[in-house]
Amino acid sequence: MKIAICLRRVPDTTAKIAIGPSGTSIDETGVKFVPNPYDEYALEAGIALRDAAGTGETVVVAFGGDAVQETMRTALAMGVDRAVHLQGTPSADGLANARVLADHLRDGGYDLILFGKVAVDDYGQQTGAMVAELLGRPCATAITSLVIEGGTAKVTREVEGGVESAHCALPAVFTCDKGLNTPRLPGLKGIMAAKKKPLDIIPTTAGASRVTILSLALPPERQAGRIVGEGAAAVPALMAALTTEAKVL
Amino acid sequence: MAGSSEFTGVDFYDMDALLSEEERAVRDTVRSWVDDQLMPVIGDCYLEGRFPKQLIPGMAELGLFGANLPEEYGCAGLNNVAYGLIMQELERGDSGIRSFASVQGALVMYPIYAFGSEEQKKHWLPKLATGAEIGCFGLTEPDYGSNPGGMITTARETADGWVLNGTKMWITNGSQATVSIIWAKTGDLDDQKSIRGFIVPTNSPGFTAKDQKGKLSLRASDTSELHLQDVHVGKDALLPNSGGLKSPLMCLTQARYGIAWGGVGAAMACYDEARRYAANRVMFGKPIAATQLQQERLAEMLTEITKAQLLVLQLGRLKDEGKATPSRVSLAKRNNVNMACECAREARRLLGGNGILVEYHSMRHMANLESVYTYEGTHDMHSLILGQEITGLAAY
Repeated sequence: MKIAICLRRVPDTTAKIAIGPSGTSIDETGVKFVPNPYDEYALEAGIALRDAAGTGETVVVAFGGDAVQETMRTALAMGVDRAVHLQGTPSADGLANARVLADHLRDGGYDLILFGKVAVDDYGQQTGAMVAELLGRPCATAITSLVIEGGTAKVTREVEGGVESAHCALPAVFTCDKGLNTPRLPGLKGIMAAKKKPLDIIPTTAGASRVTILSLALPPERQAGRIVGEGAAAVPALMAALTTEAKVL
Repeated sequence: MAGSSEFTGVDFYDMDALLSEEERAVRDTVRSWVDDQLMPVIGDCYLEGRFPKQLIPGMAELGLFGANLPEEYGCAGLNNVAYGLIMQELERGDSGIRSFASVQGALVMYPIYAFGSEEQKKHWLPKLATGAEIGCFGLTEPDYGSNPGGMITTARETADGWVLNGTKMWITNGSQATVSIIWAKTGDLDDQKSIRGFIVPTNSPGFTAKDQKGKLSLRASDTSELHLQDVHVGKDALLPNSGGLKSPLMCLTQARYGIAWGGVGAAMACYDEARRYAANRVMFGKPIAATQLQQERLAEMLTEITKAQLLVLQLGRLKDEGKATPSRVSLAKRNNVNMACECAREARRLLGGNGILVEYHSMRHMANLESVYTYEGTHDMHSLILGQEITGLAAY
């Protein structure tokens, strides 16, 4: 089985974000970048499927600037076989990016294409499903389990109040959610081996964007809390505050 | 999840820029492992006085044992800076866990690698790298600590091998080890040149190990006394290329190198805890971080940590070039562990009453570091090693 995992490079979720001088992008100075956490579930799923089968190939694919190569090497260190860097500047338009990925993946002979369900930087949640549509392949988003039997994939998704089970024929595209697996840490031998694995660079240009980012703003500072009193005596004041100020009761 | 980690390190001088991509990746992997696996259990282990044995397979799986030894023996083949960063991150968690890895890698795998025959290397190193065998290092004796050359453990050659007799003390991993590296005199007791190393399985008849009880430091680490009474081993137990006191001291230089990095890790943990606590703890209507006394503490810690980081990084680069002389390693061990002791104590004080609780880490580090200050060459001995280096005169 040939498996592609599409990877995004995102700021570490603990990083302190500042907006850059353009006002439409973040200031990357001093920000640590990591593989998108949801993409790690996709990486783990792909590696585990290949290892369980004892055969097949896993390929990590990323569209972005040169810095994405370091992120892809994390995937190689985890155990992915090779990397493809679609070198270029991603668009603010999810469809333009999806087209870049789909154009590359279309003739790759992939049985399975995996994404994280969302990139935790811009929360677009578009690319995986769009790539599936562009390739005319079945897609399930935010899967929490994945079993391959013959040419069929069985998945589950957490939906409001329950679990949805679905199956589809391969080739297929899935986006992965927390709960699918526990991503492995890249071992030290894996880190050393990653240097020697193939990383192909393909210069790429995204098509015209139909979306323009006008501005970025940081969320408002959280207001300090207020202690209205202590013990049972505080209940009336607390009730009043919740009812009239916060209006949550 | 790899990459996301609450502890984000201390990097005031952009030392990350001086690290290679692989070195950063190694550091981040170990940092995540410590967050995920060690931090949730270390407090209880410390209180209960037990080493978290269940973590050994995971450490081996990551490749933490003997990580700077070559791949052909099942090791990761890292450079010495990456190896140092492993030690830093492990000690950010707990000195006892770093000690375990130091002993396994620098004091057991290294002597087999440096002084062993090809057969010994092929037999032992892969098993030690995977944690299938756990090692300990028997050099120190009850009456010979800073003066190991005075040891009275003996190895006498017989027709088919060697017979060892003696007692070793303060042996990390002693009671859980499956194999030991025992240093013994093969000649007269006043002949330091006759010191040789032996690979002695701990299930050899006559070999006993007993935990040293009552420790107030390194409580999440096994420390044992080893007794060897007429322990017979084959000829192949001898490390053929070991000879004289220099051989065990070369092992100590390896371990001390890692400890110098470890000190940075423990200090970073304490500084990080102190900084966060100071920002959140309100007293007299403002965070204690807004008081001059606590700012002075934090400024001192950050300064000393930054100096220590740059010190070990350059030492690591020198080691990769074969230029990390024992006295250069002494300087780093001496400085960085002392620095960590000071940071831990100041952090504990900054934390006020809460600082004596196990849910905070500074006091555990503070207590641990008293051992680290004392073992692998006491602070005082390293002063004397440097004194001898400077003056050419030995004062010990």
